[in-house]
Formats: sequence, C-alpha cells, structure tokens
Amino acid sequence: MKIAVCVKAVPDTATKIAIAADKTHIEKTGVRFIASPYDEFAIEEALKLKEKLGGETVAFSLGGDEVTDVLRDALARGMDEAVHLKDELFADLDPLSTAKMLALAIANGGFDLILCGQQGVGGDNNQVPSLLAELLNLPQANVVVKLEIENSKFKAEREIEGAHEIVEGSLPVVISAQKGLNEPRYPSIKGVMAARKKEIAVKDAAALNAKEKLAATKVKLVELVPPPARTQGKKIEGDADAQVKELVNLLRSEARVI
Amino acid sequence: MPDGILVFIEQRQGRLKKSSLEALSEAKRRISEIGGEVAALLVGDKVAGLSAEVAKYGPKKILLAESAELAQYSTEAYAGALADAIKKFSPKFVFAANTAMAKDLIPRVAARMDLPCVSDVVDLSTADGKLIATKPVFSSKAQAKFEFVDGSGFLTLRPNVFARSESQNGASPQTEPVALSPVTVRARVVETHAAEGGKVELGEASIIVSGGRGIKGPENWGVLQNLCDVLGAALGASRAVVDAGWIDHQHQVGQTGRTVSPQLYIACGISGAIQHLAGMSTAKVIVAINKDPEAPIFKLANYGVVGDVLEIVPKLTEEIRRLKESS
Repeated sequence: MKIAVCVKAVPDTATKIAIAADKTHIEKTGVRFIASPYDEFAIEEALKLKEKLGGETVAFSLGGDEVTDVLRDALARGMDEAVHLKDELFADLDPLSTAKMLALAIANGGFDLILCGQQGVGGDNNQVPSLLAELLNLPQANVVVKLEIENSKFKAEREIEGAHEIVEGSLPVVISAQKGLNEPRYPSIKGVMAARKKEIAVKDAAALNAKEKLAATKVKLVELVPPPARTQGKKIEGDADAQVKELVNLLRSEARVI
Repeated sequence: MPDGILVFIEQRQGRLKKSSLEALSEAKRRISEIGGEVAALLVGDKVAGLSAEVAKYGPKKILLAESAELAQYSTEAYAGALADAIKKFSPKFVFAANTAMAKDLIPRVAARMDLPCVSDVVDLSTADGKLIATKPVFSSKAQAKFEFVDGSGFLTLRPNVFARSESQNGASPQTEPVALSPVTVRARVVETHAAEGGKVELGEASIIVSGGRGIKGPENWGVLQNLCDVLGAALGASRAVVDAGWIDHQHQVGQTGRTVSPQLYIACGISGAIQHLAGMSTAKVIVAINKDPEAPIFKLANYGVVGDVLEIVPKLTEEIRRLKESS
C-alpha cells in the first residue's frame, strides 16, 4: 500500500490577518503557519492504514519556506518521506495550477491512495482533491468521515447536506478527509527527533518538467479587501421579560426577519 | 465562440435545490454584461418534470441530461453529463450553487475543460467588461476579488446570499436533450443515510438557532429545538459543544464545520471564537444571547442580549409562539 498525502501550509486559524501594501498578499511576518486542519486527518488516516496494511507514506506540499516546518511535523507524526514542491514560479498559483503541479509529482509514483484535506483553510476553495482526481484520471470521494480499504477496494462514507453517502469503488482513488474521520495523533518526542534527521526532498519546476503547464494560471487575484463592516449592534437592556419583548419587537418591525 | 452562462441545477430524488435557483437568478442578472443567453441544465433520470419550476426563473433554454445511470449522483457520470452539456452550449461561464454536490463535481469538470474555478462566491460585479467574483478568505477575515483572465470559467455561489427572483418575461424556454457520451463509473454511491438531528437543513435554512457552552449540557438541546420549531429554523452548534460530544458534527457551524448565510442567526451561549465567526459572519441579522457582556460575538451581533440562555430562550419561544398564533 503506497499512500500520498497532500498538505497545505496555512496561517494558524487564530492569527490576525493583515492585508499587505500590495493588496494581493497578507503580511507573513509573525504569522505562524500550520498544516491546514483537515490535512491532519488525512495524515492520520495514512498512518493508520500503514499500521494496518503496511506500505509507505509520502507527504507532498507546494509553497514557500513556510512549508518546511509543516512537512517536518508530518514526518514527526510518522510519515516516511516528504516532498516540497518549491519554485519562484509556484508563487500565487490558483487551485488548478497547484493541482497540476501536485499531479506531476504524484502521477508516476505508483500510489494506491491519495489523501487530501477536504478544504485548505484560508483559500477555502474545496477544489484541489477533485482537480487532482481528474488530472490523475482517478475516481474520488470527498468530505469523507469513514474509510475502509480492503483487497484493492475502498468504501468511503462522505458528508452531504443532512445525510451521509456511502461510496464504493476500486483503488487507486483520491480521498479528501473531513473532521470526524479519526483523531490525529501528536508527534512523539522520538518522532520529532527522527524527523530532524530525515531529508525533505525539494522539487522545482524543472524537476517536475512543469514549465509549460504553469502558464495556465487563469484566475487572477485583483485585490484583498477587509470584510464588509457590520452595523453597530444594539444592546438590549432590562430584565429577561423586557429583553425578550424588545428583541421580538426589533426582529419583527426593524429587521423584519420573523 | 463561447457565449452566455450555463447554470447547473441540482436535484436529488426529484427535489430541486433552492440555491440552484438563486444561481440561475444571478445568471439572469449578469447576462447583459456577459453577453449571450442563460441556459439551465437538469441532470438525472426522468427530470423533465422539473423544467416547469426552473422555467419560472427565465432561462432561454433548459438542457436535459437524462439517463438511468444519472438517477443517483456519482461524480464521474455527472461530470460526463456536465461536460457534454458544456460542449453543446459552449458557455463563457458555468454557475452552480456551492453545495456538497457542486464542491465534488464542479472542480472535476473545470479540470477537464482546463478552466479556472472560483468557489463560495458571495458577490459578483463587472469591471471593464470582465466578471469579478468576490469570496471570503482567511476565515472571513478578508475577502478576495478574482478576475477570470480569459473571461471564462466556473463559479460556485454561496447559498442564501443571492436573491431568488422569478422572471417577469413570460416567454417559455426551449427544452433540449443533451446527447450523453459513454462514461466508466469507478466510484458509486451504494447507500444514503439521513443524518441524525434537525428537521431543517443548515445550509439552506433562512433561520438558524445555534447553541454553545452556554446551554450548559446536552440535556438542554430541547430548549433550543423548541425555538427552532416555532421559527421553522435549523439547529446549529459551536465547535466546543461538538468536540465535547454534546451533538453530532453535522450541526457544527464555522471552520471545520458548515458555512451558513441565513437571514437570521441566533447564537445562544456562543462566545464567538474566530473559527465560529468564519462560518456565519455573512448572516443578514445576528442575535447574540450570552451571559458574558465581553463575549466577542456581541461585536458582530445586530442585537445583543446579555443574559442566561436557559432563561431567555424559553421566554423568547413563548413570545414568538404567541405572536404567530395571534397573527
């Protein structure tokens, strides 16, 4: 069983976000980067499957220097290898171009399973897993909360609105992980020590044979803006009965929502 | 030459998604700037009967992709049908509602067409004849405006944000079948289980009542459910109470949960961590009920009530029930 896990380095979700002067980036100074929370479920699932079925696990991540610590953490948790897709040409790639680079890195690796987080927190596009499945010409199951692998077949339970779908098919497959799939482990001290000695393979555009395909970035970020300001709210005072009466009155006659 | 907008209309078991009709309404509002016509695509088995409802929203054409293979959603069969419809209609843009189905399907087809996609769009505008799509990023701490470089691509629109409006123009649309290419389906849905919990679906609910630590324990969900029942609302929850095992993850609003945009969001005993706000800050009206006057949720709330949820909510339920019964 050979498993690839795609990981994205994103700003810690509790971080304050400041828009940089160029209006198309955020200020990176002082921002801590972490693996997108959903990617932790993907890593954990890869480790659990390896424990059960044996094999090899490789983490892939595309990005700048912020990726190193995130891949180091994946190694510390127990991933066997890590590959950093890094090139100046990879700056500001849209999801489709990102998926193309990942597909180039993964395509001929003989992987039975490609795991991703269902969403890269920050960009919040939910695109890369499906893009990757199409580019690799593989089946897919997204937003998965339960996964079983047996005899080159998979059975995945995925979340949809108000229901769960059970999807079955054959390997290889692209699976994206949702919260609930497992409980991610923390790296052990032994793992952290071992990860320090492991090498992170760096692949640039030339190594991926990617120059031509890069021209395909087809969606351009015009600018980042602060979220629309909400109007100053009203504090409703008084005892509970008075508060409730006033709230209902405001919802009905001012906000007109009930 | 590509022209116009194709709108993917979602149905499951013969039921139309309301948010698809919002996407169709927005396509109609944008078409004069983009040029060409609006076509709606229905995919499924024997779905022609849904055309009459779709027609009310004024597409010029309704494309029907029908086969037994399409009775149940599968990524590959639906991707094939959408790709066939795109080849037939040759649109500049494809619109869909940002639902579980679209999140699975739309990027797959975008990759096949080698076209970009912007997901979870909350605003559209045009500048110099180019479509600009705005979407929340970084847990709604910023919004990003994207331009389609070649003037073509896919967009998924956040449910409940764009108005659904029936067309005044009475002309009935042409209905045309889509010729389907053969598809090998390697992953199939073999079962569907309804999730436990609320009667109203979170993503499309116009009112959501959401609970956090302030409800004190899982035995008190009934208090919030009563309020849901009088309002026809869906039940939401904060991450803290989902992690504590008080309720299923299906109810979680926020990062690592659902993103919602209802008309009214009533946050009960939710402090308002940034991860929660990420999932509900585009709600039109926010009510916060919390006993801590310093809770961050009050910064976002249109109406703030400082008080005990378990005292306020039953009174609120009674007051609204009385009002509904008298009107």
